[in-house]
Amino acid sequence: MKITENEVRYVADLANLRLTDAEVGRLRADLDGILEHVDKLKEIDTSNVEPMAQVLYAAEETATLRADEPVPPLGNQAAMANAPQPGAGYFKVPKVIER
Amino acid sequence: MPRGQGHVSEAMDIPSLSIDSVREGLLSRRFSATELATEALRFAEAENPRTNAYLHFAPERALAAARRVDEQIAADEAIGPLAGVPVAVKDVIVTKGVRTTCGSKLLAYYIPPYDATAVVRLEQAGAVLIGKTNCDEFAMGSSNENSAFGPVRNPVAPDRVPGGSSGGSAAAVAQGTAVVALGSDTGGSIRQPASFCGVVGVTPTYGRVSRYGLTAFASSLDHIGPFARSVKDSATVLHVVAGHDPCDSTSAAAPVPDYAALLSGGVKGLKLGLPREYLKELTSETGELIYAAVDALKHLGCEVREISLPATDYAIACYYILATAEASSNLARYDGVRYTFRSGRSETLAEMYRNTRGEGFGAECKRRIMLGTYVLSAGYYDAYYLKAQKVRALIARDFGNAFQEVDAIVAPVSPYPAFRLGEKVDDPISMYLSDIYTITGDLAGIPCMSVPCGKTAEGLPVGMQILTRHFDETTMFRLADALEQAQRR
Repeated sequence: MKITENEVRYVADLANLRLTDAEVGRLRADLDGILEHVDKLKEIDTSNVEPMAQVLYAAEETATLRADEPVPPLGNQAAMANAPQPGAGYFKVPKVIER
Repeated sequence: MPRGQGHVSEAMDIPSLSIDSVREGLLSRRFSATELATEALRFAEAENPRTNAYLHFAPERALAAARRVDEQIAADEAIGPLAGVPVAVKDVIVTKGVRTTCGSKLLAYYIPPYDATAVVRLEQAGAVLIGKTNCDEFAMGSSNENSAFGPVRNPVAPDRVPGGSSGGSAAAVAQGTAVVALGSDTGGSIRQPASFCGVVGVTPTYGRVSRYGLTAFASSLDHIGPFARSVKDSATVLHVVAGHDPCDSTSAAAPVPDYAALLSGGVKGLKLGLPREYLKELTSETGELIYAAVDALKHLGCEVREISLPATDYAIACYYILATAEASSNLARYDGVRYTFRSGRSETLAEMYRNTRGEGFGAECKRRIMLGTYVLSAGYYDAYYLKAQKVRALIARDFGNAFQEVDAIVAPVSPYPAFRLGEKVDDPISMYLSDIYTITGDLAGIPCMSVPCGKTAEGLPVGMQILTRHFDETTMFRLADALEQAQRR
């Protein structure tokens, strides 16, 4: 077994995901199978290989930098338009700090 | 002559329209852009219950765009390359004022405050956006069964999936409700549905098309690309949407050739590689159609040789580590603060995050967020993420080596044609393995496309994949066009 239910709960906590007990069981089994498959990577020798983080193409380092010119921003009203709970131009959230 | 409704409908056989025929119809005044948009919207809405390809329509925006084209024609001004062409856009690509859900309950009511660059460019070219297409939630899936708004049915065989994640865009073009469409591809999400639905689907070079306004799934792998019913139409659309964009620092400053104008360059003498690792798992019918397409290209003067891409066997494992790791961070933003959906029962901020995400995300998104978080978590980073990045380099190196010898690689898109709805939903690994031949192109960032190469005895379409060097979409389109022409004969 590659992963336990306790580890699933720990990872869900890191990911800020509330899971039901049924989901924990199901995800444990799914992740177990996927991690089993992924173990295949151990077979391949990568000792002299540089990790590839991004597809690179031949261009000057600054080729994709835009000119540093101010442009009109989105604006508060547009930025807030999809907020589940807007208030006074801010995003409202449950209380964070106890008095 | 007065133009009655019957006359107009007859002049516009919507499902068989092409970019050229729309242009010809408009310029010869057989129909107006407004008449076409009205009829296209009516047709798309009437047909939608058969496939669920569209999540919502954009009649006001479509008619406004059509009116602009009609005004240009009335004033004898030049019209854009996509003037009046009804297009559909995958619902992970944002449209100002038009709902963009990403196939997720979390964004069911999200109305973006800006347009994606690709959408701006389509409309600047005169295109008429008729609606937003269904997809797997946040583009995560290979069957379009992961949409919060129900699956899409394959228009060719309604008991089968259209492929995913851009299933709605592929189905819309196959069904004829849009002339062309935009999709996104992170691991095969354009090519596989194109193959399953019998249309052309193009994943351009990484960086060719701006992703500004494409909802991020895995940023080092995400692409926007077109669907069309002909290679030429797909080439025209790519030319319109491609090119550097100051709003996307990963978009390339490379010049964009006029692909459609370069199609007729001929394919004689081109060297093609057939990778043996891509031929092992094929069903017999898919194999026969692929070999027949290879033979057709040989008859046109291409030289075909077998090649090896030895790291292919590791691609799925590599991809599902990298893509989920990136997704787990990209999807962190859906926390109940900014994007419409918030769980109603939370006392504290931490509870609000957890409940919102637990209630909002569907099963596949949760699975990938969990896997991605796991592989990035303390103690596992080197074994999984770093290892996968190195394997990615080997996969890219394989392609680099192959392109020393050949001009293009031809391969199947999928080991099998469209599978049945429900067939793989309970088996995530089997679903992931269906991407086996498409994810390598995304990992290497090279251009790749699916072009129809026939149908099985049951009538299910099969696509051939063509892959070329970075930024050499021209050779890819030329081969695809030659194959398309050969099959028409």
